[in-house]
Amino acid sequence: MAETTVTLTHKDFASDQDIRWCPGCGDYSILTNVQRVMPDLGVPRENFVFVSGIGCSSRFPYYMNTYGFHTIHGRAPAFATGIKCANPDLSVWIVTGDGDGLSIGGNHLLHTIRRNLDLQILLFNNRVYGLTKGQYSPTSRVGMTTKSTPDGSIDYPVDPIAFALGSGATFVARTVDVDAPHLQQILRRAYAHKGTSFIEILQNCPVYNDNEFIEVEDRKQRVNASLKLQDGEPLVFGPESDRKGIRIEDGVPSVVQLSNGQDPIEAGVAIHNERHDTPAYAFALASLTRPNFPVPVGVFRAVDKPSYETMLAAQVTHAIAHKGEGDLQALLESSETWIVEA
Amino acid sequence: MSEKPTEEIQHVAIRFTGDSGDGMQLTGMKFTESTALAGNDLSTLPDFPAEIRAPAGTLAGVSGFQIHFSSEKIRTPADYPDVLVSFNPAALKANIGDLRPGGMVIVNVDAFTRKALARAGYEADPLPELRDRYRLVEVPLTRLNREALKDLNLSARDTDRCKNFFALGMMFWLYHRGMESTERWLASKFKGDVLEANLRVLKAGYAFGETTELFPVSYIVPKAKIEPGHYRNITGNTALAWGIIGAAVQLRQPVFLAAYPITPASDILHEVSRYRHFGVKTFQAEDEIAAMCAAIGASFAGALAVCTTSGPGFVLKQEALGLAVIAELPVVVVDVQRAGPSTGMPTKTEQGDLLLALSGRNSDCPVPVLAAATPGDCFYTVIEAFQLAVKYMTPVVVLSDSYLASSSEPWLIPDVSQLRQEAVEFRTDPEGFQPFERNPDSLARPWAIPGTPNLEHRIGGLSKQEVTGNVDYDPQNNQRMNDLRHEKIERIAADLPPLEVMGPDQGDLLLVGWGGTHGAITSAAEDARSDGLPVSNIHLRHLNPFPSNLGEILVRFDKVLIPELNRGQLAQLIRARFLVDAKSLSKLEGQPFRVAEIRARIDSLLAGEN
Repeated sequence: MAETTVTLTHKDFASDQDIRWCPGCGDYSILTNVQRVMPDLGVPRENFVFVSGIGCSSRFPYYMNTYGFHTIHGRAPAFATGIKCANPDLSVWIVTGDGDGLSIGGNHLLHTIRRNLDLQILLFNNRVYGLTKGQYSPTSRVGMTTKSTPDGSIDYPVDPIAFALGSGATFVARTVDVDAPHLQQILRRAYAHKGTSFIEILQNCPVYNDNEFIEVEDRKQRVNASLKLQDGEPLVFGPESDRKGIRIEDGVPSVVQLSNGQDPIEAGVAIHNERHDTPAYAFALASLTRPNFPVPVGVFRAVDKPSYETMLAAQVTHAIAHKGEGDLQALLESSETWIVEA
Repeated sequence: MSEKPTEEIQHVAIRFTGDSGDGMQLTGMKFTESTALAGNDLSTLPDFPAEIRAPAGTLAGVSGFQIHFSSEKIRTPADYPDVLVSFNPAALKANIGDLRPGGMVIVNVDAFTRKALARAGYEADPLPELRDRYRLVEVPLTRLNREALKDLNLSARDTDRCKNFFALGMMFWLYHRGMESTERWLASKFKGDVLEANLRVLKAGYAFGETTELFPVSYIVPKAKIEPGHYRNITGNTALAWGIIGAAVQLRQPVFLAAYPITPASDILHEVSRYRHFGVKTFQAEDEIAAMCAAIGASFAGALAVCTTSGPGFVLKQEALGLAVIAELPVVVVDVQRAGPSTGMPTKTEQGDLLLALSGRNSDCPVPVLAAATPGDCFYTVIEAFQLAVKYMTPVVVLSDSYLASSSEPWLIPDVSQLRQEAVEFRTDPEGFQPFERNPDSLARPWAIPGTPNLEHRIGGLSKQEVTGNVDYDPQNNQRMNDLRHEKIERIAADLPPLEVMGPDQGDLLLVGWGGTHGAITSAAEDARSDGLPVSNIHLRHLNPFPSNLGEILVRFDKVLIPELNRGQLAQLIRARFLVDAKSLSKLEGQPFRVAEIRARIDSLLAGEN
């Protein structure tokens, strides 16, 4: 089709609707970077579908000039499943938050990841409920004081990366709202992955949970506070003058101080591998949290497994090849029938 | 055939009863199949516990299958059986109260041990007393069955499991039924010793009937004089599954069925899943909510989407259904109603979800609601639901019930080429496209599916601006959009055929029914008319909107009676909508109406009672 051969730019992916996020919200940066990545993916614009649930992040589809469906709280993965099954050619992107995806929608997130449909899940994690004005979320830290937890939260949080790994995710990554190059790189990797791609995007909520991720957002601090995962490279972080590495023994990570010029591999630092047979290594990475460890960002795990909608379509093709196209009259007349004479 | 005398009878109702592991449903179904092939009209009523294997020999574990067959047109499985076949004391105890006075009781006497009697709660052997009140036939079924199989290399357990087919063979002889369809079925299902054993006891049972002195006569029920044509026997759930496939063929678009297993709707998911070669995709979701959401997603992407469920699942779907209403997407939701509230009696019937279907969502959220009248009618009802859904771009609810789901009737097989065919039309032209512009006649918005160039648009649950569909909180706009959604559903009434009154056009008493009570209500009204009583009846297939002539019919009658298997939900609607003093006849026993129950109320109303 003629339209699709025209080279599109990020502006072609911006809808005409006014954006209604709070000033300074991390969602702006994520939106811009998603719009910047879209033209390069080789997908006709009409084949993109953005699906969301309820919450601040879930307004996302209204701002994309693609097909979009703003659905109900927590259920976006289920809607996306129906869309992808009905038309596997579509490029389906789910936008959800920590409340939408991991609280009310935890069940659907689990099962959609487990089925490995070929779609992308962007979970904006700001560790707070924004649209309902500031209650704690399932990723909030213990002790967090909010309107609904005036004495501090006593809920133990769930870690989105560990949740996705536990659900059998074939692609799991983490990135940061304001790190544009990294965010774009992860979005491209996620699109290229055939199967469910789960991305946790650490996102600042300037109104209800400001600076929650300042250590990984701030350029100066993140050198020490974050660990960029690169396939085949050792797990090292910190400035040249003060390099450290992550060693993993019996599944237990520890920080190794590296002396100037020391080979991290010789020092026992683990080499990042996205494709381990089991997710045990990725789980160990997921357990790295502040303040004792840097926060890993990048691809935790990327393995190949056939996707649900492909296998579903294959069953239809196979059935038609073996039984022939369905004949309704023959179906209605199958098994025992009889004629009543006039 | 038999040299014993035969007796011609017009109709008979037989109830097979035993433990839920005794194979009563299978026995009933095979007897039904043979009866259908013999050319009788028939109606069946399976009745089984929700537990897969309730404790053997207890009242809780009793499973039953009733078949009513006739040389005349019949509409119900009969109020009371004429013949009761009981495989053990518990089955006898649970069912003997229903047997028609003077009816026949056939028992497996071998099962009437002291222990089994105690398990069933009998303090003494009930058989001596029954001999005076009924025609008691005591068959040593266990022994005869073992005798027939003694030289086969089967375990005692496998041997005893065949005894239902011994009894089936015996009943085939007693009512002159052919064994061929059962033999064909056995050959397709089993092989080796198990096949041999079942075939052998089937024939042994037949031969036993022929030779035993326990049965002095056999019975002939002549063929029924019914509309000529090509027939099959069908249950409501099978008809519904085939209707879903039929819709795909008629509307020329693939079906996507999403469901979560739930009694008594699961069989529809199972059945449709067998027909991938019709392009059908089925999806067993993680829960009821996900099933509804996936179906709506598939609809957005252009599939003919459907969910099948029962009451407790239907409740969970309501929020998503509300989204389909405001997003104006076509999707069909089938609710096979069961007795509630809550988990209730999962295998028993009820019509308790009417008000839920009509108004179970937040705010004013209109959806068309259709209800099937008979097992075979489930086929046509679901096809009509799809046609309405795509024409009006709306979710549509189809109400079936547990009775329709599992009962069966002879079904005139439709000529597919005669069914209405109408390919689905998607919007493809970008010229002037607006997601919520409306067809001036139907008020439907265009179905513009992802993958179509230059129709990119966003939909969702937030209030929408008229025409553009953009998010809009303007008060007047919200009023207009509510009015439009309401008006769109109301306009469906123009598509509906006018209601036909059975019996006099006006007069003393009108019966109004909907759904699976059609057979019992129609039979009661026909009975009354044949006794010369001024009784008419109408049946509502469309519960929202109502057919446009309903109001004018109601006012032509002095009294209106609405029998329902709920506490009077339609009655409440009719009273509110038409200001008619309709009486409700309510039943909440998990069982269908008996014709006599409705007839008794007809008589009392006509006698001046209120």
